[in-house]
Amino acid sequence: MGTRDCKHISAMASPSIGEAGRTGEWRTSRPVIDHSRCIPVRKNKPSCFLCWLYCPEAVIKRDIPIQIDLTYCKGCGICAEECPSGAITMVAENDYVER
Amino acid sequence: METSVLNLPEREYLLPGNRTCAGCGLSIAYRYILKALEGNAIVAVPASCLTVLHGMYPTTSVLIPCVNVAFPSTAASASGLVAGLKALGRTDITVVGFAGDGGTHDIGIQALSGAAERGADFIYICYDNEAYMNTGTQRSSSTPLGAKTATTPVLGKQQHLKDMPRIMEAHSVSYIATACPSYPADLYDKMRKAKTKKGTRYIHISTPCPPGWIFPTKDTVKMGRLAVETGMVTLYEMEDGVFRLTGRSRSVAERGKLKPVGDYIKLQGRFAGISADNLKELQTWVNSRWAGYLKRA
Amino acid sequence: MAGKKTESLIITGNQAAAIGAKMSRVQVIAAYPITPQSPVTEGLSQFVEMGELKAEYVTVESEHSALSVCITASTVGARAFTATSANGLAYMCEQLHWAAGARLPLVLACVNRAMAAPWNILNDQQDAMSQRDTGWIQIYARDNQEILDSIIQAYKIAETVYVPVMVCYDGYILSHTVMPVEIPRQKDVDRFLPRYKPHTILDPSDPRNLNQVTLANPRLNSIGSLCHGYMELRYLLQEAIEGCSETIVAVDREFGETFGRSWGGMTWSYRLEDADLILMAAGSLATQATVAADELRAQGYRAGVLGLRVYRPFPKQDLIEATSKAGLVLVFDKSISYGNEGPICSDLKSALYRSKSRPVVHGYICGLGGRDIKVRELTEAAIRSLLWVRETESAKPTEWLNCQI
Repeated sequence: MGTRDCKHISAMASPSIGEAGRTGEWRTSRPVIDHSRCIPVRKNKPSCFLCWLYCPEAVIKRDIPIQIDLTYCKGCGICAEECPSGAITMVAENDYVER
Repeated sequence: METSVLNLPEREYLLPGNRTCAGCGLSIAYRYILKALEGNAIVAVPASCLTVLHGMYPTTSVLIPCVNVAFPSTAASASGLVAGLKALGRTDITVVGFAGDGGTHDIGIQALSGAAERGADFIYICYDNEAYMNTGTQRSSSTPLGAKTATTPVLGKQQHLKDMPRIMEAHSVSYIATACPSYPADLYDKMRKAKTKKGTRYIHISTPCPPGWIFPTKDTVKMGRLAVETGMVTLYEMEDGVFRLTGRSRSVAERGKLKPVGDYIKLQGRFAGISADNLKELQTWVNSRWAGYLKRA
Repeated sequence: MAGKKTESLIITGNQAAAIGAKMSRVQVIAAYPITPQSPVTEGLSQFVEMGELKAEYVTVESEHSALSVCITASTVGARAFTATSANGLAYMCEQLHWAAGARLPLVLACVNRAMAAPWNILNDQQDAMSQRDTGWIQIYARDNQEILDSIIQAYKIAETVYVPVMVCYDGYILSHTVMPVEIPRQKDVDRFLPRYKPHTILDPSDPRNLNQVTLANPRLNSIGSLCHGYMELRYLLQEAIEGCSETIVAVDREFGETFGRSWGGMTWSYRLEDADLILMAAGSLATQATVAADELRAQGYRAGVLGLRVYRPFPKQDLIEATSKAGLVLVFDKSISYGNEGPICSDLKSALYRSKSRPVVHGYICGLGGRDIKVRELTEAAIRSLLWVRETESAKPTEWLNCQI
């Protein structure tokens, strides 16, 4: 089966998650959250969410507790850097041990 | 109600797993631009990092329609979208032309000037990462004095950057704003305001670039913040010619003073080894520009 | 027959082009002034400002922007038109590739003019010929009626095969010369040319991304279908252009049935049935060659004219058949591929390579930068070529007509 079956006559794309693949595989270090230090968890109400605000990848959910989609997180470390309570630590992928 | 991290819309139009570098300042900015547009827009994009962000055929990482266009043609292409939609009676859709600093200050300035003079009804966004990042960090006319690039590799750039919003001001467009992804609510509000205006609107966004400016990916937001706090970037808007400082620039103007430029450039590899003369000249340039803004505000 | 109640006007080629675009109900027009094109878009701006044509007229700051506007207007579903000449067309070169590569059915009136340097505003065909490899269909009109008719036909062709069409006609010789032109009735044009249906449309309700970076190799989409690589998209463009001769002929035939006039489809001929000597050219020069053919016939030569109406796609099979009984074909090119010969001449030779009965082909370069071409020069060239064939074994080099070097 050739490409003619796609019926396109010009380069016309449709939206999809993971256009560049599982970009989580790019990571050299991963964000590890200590939820007990996270402000929205401690206050138990929507607050702070600076990690959500500044994430370039839109992989953080503005929930309590926050969730990070590690399938696509590229590990830039902005969330850890911007977290005012030090709840997120970047851990080198090689050193990371699942607990 | 003031826009804040808590009431910015949840919905994302930029999909995860896209092709931008880690820590991309443009990505952060684009998230809020798309939220402000609420999906009801068509964007024209020339050769740029945004092309990379949008991805490769047959898949795209963005939930609004986009047409990739020739490098010099962003504003003309946006004009064509406006004309086509108007001819078909579809005036509810916001048209956006979205180019980098090279695509705006350099190769795209003719088409942009033409469209702005005609008052073509679209929002033009320049995301300014201060060099040709997509082709490997060559100097643009928005590269600041003293910055090393692939085409100013030894001495750093020996000229000041071109002040694009001032050029747009000379076109008497209905709305001009500057923004920075370190202040997403300010950016979002400016996009929302731009959407309500008619004619050509111009938004200039300073987007820190970790690989091009040479700083760690974690520091993108910090770098944008320092840009504003040192006066390398100033947040303002001009509505029908009336100038107003906004956000952090406004609070610095009202209750403080700029940090030294050195605080900003010492964190970036592109300024490594900058000459004392260039540094002094850069500070003088920032001071004089800031004084001009304070006078207008 | 619809033609009976139509109006006839004495107008220039440029006016004919403007009326053709208006009757095609173009929705977006963008153009930049250049001689000798300007009167086309001046005419259209008048139609728009007078309310005779409901269209958006975008007064761009360059030809590059003119075609940019047409390209994106077309991607949202509007029928778009532009016109230019010479350096303006060269300035559009990048966008010619974009329009064809995106398969957008634009129509461009190219009022043929010489390329600078040095400056010269007069006619030859170097501008359009230099853009022959951009993926556009090229039609060369021989008179003002054909200009008007070809623009209407061009939209029908373009919107059938999704390939942009350039309607070329000679600057001044046609653009600024008045001739009687029959104006079709709008309701007949509307019947002949239905609304534009885009192959892809940019719409927020179903977001798509057009003209994205495309890899060398095919790539799967998110639902697992294999989509084109860059090369497959190029193949489809070539397939569409090579295969559109049938559409061009069919559109011309249907035009004839509707309006009582047709233009030969890909090529046209004059006194070719028994011709041993063929004069070949594109545009107004081919019309002039019919007078030369008559004179040659009067002198006892069996001469005829082969007019090239469509240059891209190149009508190889038509040309093989049309020249199969001739001993000698003279090709008059108003342009040159530097370092080789006239482009029509070399393309004809290439087409005849697979013909069983190949005539001798002689190339002439003429009329560059508006140099006048007299009928006598054409007949004398023919006689020189006949003598050459009779007396000389070697191939005749390309001759520059009336070049006084």
